[in-house]
Amino acid sequence: MIWLDTIVQGILLGGLYALFAAGLSLVFGIMRLVNLAHGDLIVLAAFLILTVVSALGLNPFVGALLAMPVMFGAGWLLQTYVLNRVLGDDILPPLLVTFGLSVVIQNGLLEGFSADSQKLSAGPIEAASLPLGPVTVGVMPLLTLISAVLVIFALNQLFYRTRLGRAFRATSDDAVTAGLMGIRPRNVFAIATGIAMVVATIAALYLGMRANFDPTIGPARLIYAFEAVIIGGLGSLWGTLAGGIVIGVAQALGAAVNPEWQILSGHIAFILVLLVRPRGLFPRAND
Amino acid sequence: MTPSMKSSATKIVALIALIGLALVPVIGSRAMVQDLFMVLTMLVLALNWNMLAGFAGLVSVGQQAFVGIGAYGMFAAVILWGLDPLIGIVVGGVVAVALSIPVAFFAFRLNGAYFAIGTWVASETVRLLVAQWKALGGGTGTSLPKGTTKEMFGVDVVKDLIGGSSSAAADALTYWLALALAAATLLAGYMFLRSRMGLGLQAIRDNAEAAKSVGVDPTRLKALVFVLCAFGTGICGALLFIQITRVTPDAAFSVVDWTAFVIFITVIGGIGTLPGPIIGVIVFYVLQRALADYGTVYLIVLGLIGISVMLFARKGLWGVFSGRTGIELLSLRHPAPRRP
Repeated sequence: MIWLDTIVQGILLGGLYALFAAGLSLVFGIMRLVNLAHGDLIVLAAFLILTVVSALGLNPFVGALLAMPVMFGAGWLLQTYVLNRVLGDDILPPLLVTFGLSVVIQNGLLEGFSADSQKLSAGPIEAASLPLGPVTVGVMPLLTLISAVLVIFALNQLFYRTRLGRAFRATSDDAVTAGLMGIRPRNVFAIATGIAMVVATIAALYLGMRANFDPTIGPARLIYAFEAVIIGGLGSLWGTLAGGIVIGVAQALGAAVNPEWQILSGHIAFILVLLVRPRGLFPRAND
Repeated sequence: MTPSMKSSATKIVALIALIGLALVPVIGSRAMVQDLFMVLTMLVLALNWNMLAGFAGLVSVGQQAFVGIGAYGMFAAVILWGLDPLIGIVVGGVVAVALSIPVAFFAFRLNGAYFAIGTWVASETVRLLVAQWKALGGGTGTSLPKGTTKEMFGVDVVKDLIGGSSSAAADALTYWLALALAAATLLAGYMFLRSRMGLGLQAIRDNAEAAKSVGVDPTRLKALVFVLCAFGTGICGALLFIQITRVTPDAAFSVVDWTAFVIFITVIGGIGTLPGPIIGVIVFYVLQRALADYGTVYLIVLGLIGISVMLFARKGLWGVFSGRTGIELLSLRHPAPRRP
């Protein structure tokens, strides 16, 4: 029974990692952009929510709602004025620019908010739990997983049922031909990064409510997110959810054996999956 | 100036610089020796990373794995097997090579951006595994036994040569080793890139399909570069931690210290050029001294400069300078073959 419980907790943890990864997966799938600043952008969003919440005395959920359009704008500007200029066949410039951005955001936050741990307080819901058959789950982790599923469902609807989604897929498959059909890849990219930042804000909400955060935790979250994206396969959003769950379950099982092995077993699961399937579990697009 | 005159001028300048740097422990202060030691080791790391990312197209974010394992190899040699730290440096290099083979086996299955993340995860995995190594202090790390560096092989000779205390002599010795390592890495890189294999490497970077069609084997060449750079990086890591004398998994496998800074140095100086890392390390050092009192501002400035270079001058400071003036140092170009 303890194993069942561990696996359930791992799946719930996977929901959080899938949220971290969903925005990354979107951007990666559409423009092959590896955004090394994604983890720090999530932390930035968490601080934005914190500022809104403490200034206006709101519930974190409402705070996140207010932060979303701001983050969308930030993503749009970032893509339009910086990232679009470095996208191309050479993967080095975008990698290095987002790497620089990561360092700038992290240290900018340290400068503005100090290295103190912060938390978004959501009230009694934080400690609430639900008995589900043989196991008991926390309401907050459950809410995280449900949000992850909803976000990925919504992104998939957007991707496969709307005009914008068709433009995303066309640009992903062949940006030049999409351009000939009247799509402007640069605009599509800017909107995609904006949406990715909205998803990052949702991730930031749960990051901040579930545990303490400080300006330096971005890169570690980024690693879990990347592991989820890569395990899932390029361009597959449901794959990203599966990848997050693989990492979450591996970490929970490792921690159950020895608390020091939590992170390590997540990494080892990642390496094992890639040794067997170098392109991940459900690759949609060819790279 | 003819090409041969240019190249002999380069040699004379390089020789003067080398002699000047070699004299620092004799005429300079101990603080200066320690500062320049850090500069030279960063240069070695940058030269290695430049070879990987700038010439072999292998954008690794996991080079700290080899710095860390080199350091731990040296510590194991000294503490567990009672060897001299100088032999420990060689052990560090060998252990780094041994690690690079499984890492390459894993990471070479991934291309482009996946490779960057794969090497990063591999490095984190090694860090967490090393933190389980209880004989070397586990997660809290360990120190070299007191006096180890003072009793190091060669310290007495150096002491007789330049006078002063044993610690100063140990500093001078590690400094000379760092200088020799930097010079050797630069020279080896130059000779490798001018060789047949180096030409093949640059051909792959410029057009992989065309290179393959004339018989260059990309995977073999890249794997060779990866392993050689792991060796250089591992030796440098071991040397660094002889000077630092204390090792922890977090410090030895720090992505910021051993990879982020190194990436900025290379990018700002000029990635894919041989003088680039030298220019970059000078800029890095000057910025560090100028902004030392401002803490995080220094990193913000470094990040912003890195971003600007990628946006406006891809070939870095050296690329801009070389393009404007036509001056080339350590040029990798070959003259066209003469028709018979």
